[in-house]
Amino acid sequence: MTTVTMTVNGKPVSENVEGRTLLSTLLRDDLRLTGTHIGCDTSQCGACTVLLNNRAVKSCSVLAAQIEDCKITTIEGIGTADDLHPMQVAFRECHALQCGFCTPGMIMQAIDLVENTPNLDKRGIREGLEGNICRCTGYHNIVRAVASVAGAVD
Amino acid sequence: MQLFNYHKPTSLDEASSLYRMAEDPIYLGGGMTLIPTMKQRLASPTDVIDLSGIDQMRGVVVSRKSVSIGALTCHNEIANNAEIQSTLPVLSSLAKLIGDNQVRNRGTLGGSIANSDPAADYPASVVALGATIYTQDRTISGDVFFQALFETALEPGEIITRVEFQVPTRAVYQKFPNPASRYAVVGVLVADFAGEIRVGVTGAGPCAFRARDMEAVLNRALDPDGLQELGLSEVEFNSDLHASAEYRAHLLHVLVRRAIVELVALD
Repeated sequence: MTTVTMTVNGKPVSENVEGRTLLSTLLRDDLRLTGTHIGCDTSQCGACTVLLNNRAVKSCSVLAAQIEDCKITTIEGIGTADDLHPMQVAFRECHALQCGFCTPGMIMQAIDLVENTPNLDKRGIREGLEGNICRCTGYHNIVRAVASVAGAVD
Repeated sequence: MQLFNYHKPTSLDEASSLYRMAEDPIYLGGGMTLIPTMKQRLASPTDVIDLSGIDQMRGVVVSRKSVSIGALTCHNEIANNAEIQSTLPVLSSLAKLIGDNQVRNRGTLGGSIANSDPAADYPASVVALGATIYTQDRTISGDVFFQALFETALEPGEIITRVEFQVPTRAVYQKFPNPASRYAVVGVLVADFAGEIRVGVTGAGPCAFRARDMEAVLNRALDPDGLQELGLSEVEFNSDLHASAEYRAHLLHVLVRRAIVELVALD
């Protein structure tokens, strides 16, 4: 077992983990932050996307031990029910979710895209969301939601 | 995943010594291939040695003639680095085509090259751009680095620290991506070094290679029509569920043609 120390949603966290413990397991099973979803568990679907030092990563493909001293942000860390993050507001306004399973990963990825991509346009949003799969195929409204936050045009 | 010991050395010496002491060790870069592989139990090392704490393997040094990139540099850093974009734009645009955004935030140059996946993108740039691979012990020419499917010239325990690419006069990367995985079914990097053409190919064979027959034709005249009769008999094309050998051979011709058309239009 190794002890990992990190910041999760602004709070310091220290946990004992096995070398093989995935970041997604640490978040969901140890910290009970179950907003991060496990879709495929084979790094294809992006439902488990979280921000690692403000950049989107698939938490099912990162070892908890690798993130010593890092900053993690999950869907629970960006807003509250009374004070939603602008990306969450946009997803609600644009009806950008159907079953909602992919939504936490989509939102975390979208925040990375909007914050870290200069001159983001709709094509850039579609390409940027490549690592996130929506099985309801509701992509059109997801792109609209992200575009409304980014101020992107066609 | 099976149990393993996790190590995070802070120097190359410490990493090498951990490697020597372990029963069945493996180095970890960004983990975008290794971790999924271990989850499927296709790899079950006793010791995972995470290289991400070795600062010596970071940093980008750009000069007029070459671009030297630390092995731990992730794909998005290469895609978005302003100096690389202006001096070696072909490498930035190639990096932008790898996997998806999450993978590009995590996967590293050194890890991709050390893995020698037949469908990875960087290997085409290593062979086409006259790269030199630096390890803790020696330098290896990009021309001899890739040896077979998932096999390189690296000795057990050897670590890629930097990769130095030569800056061509102009260059173009053309890729036919698998629509699901974005791996290259075939990818071609055509580089012009003051009139000398080099063609690096990935995805087509067991590992990346230079298409020397094509280079010979293109060095006589930079005209893709000259390639039509070329059989490429020296190439052992891959055949799998994504594409047959015949299809890959055809794609190679099409992509080189597209690359030449784009290359000539560059100035």
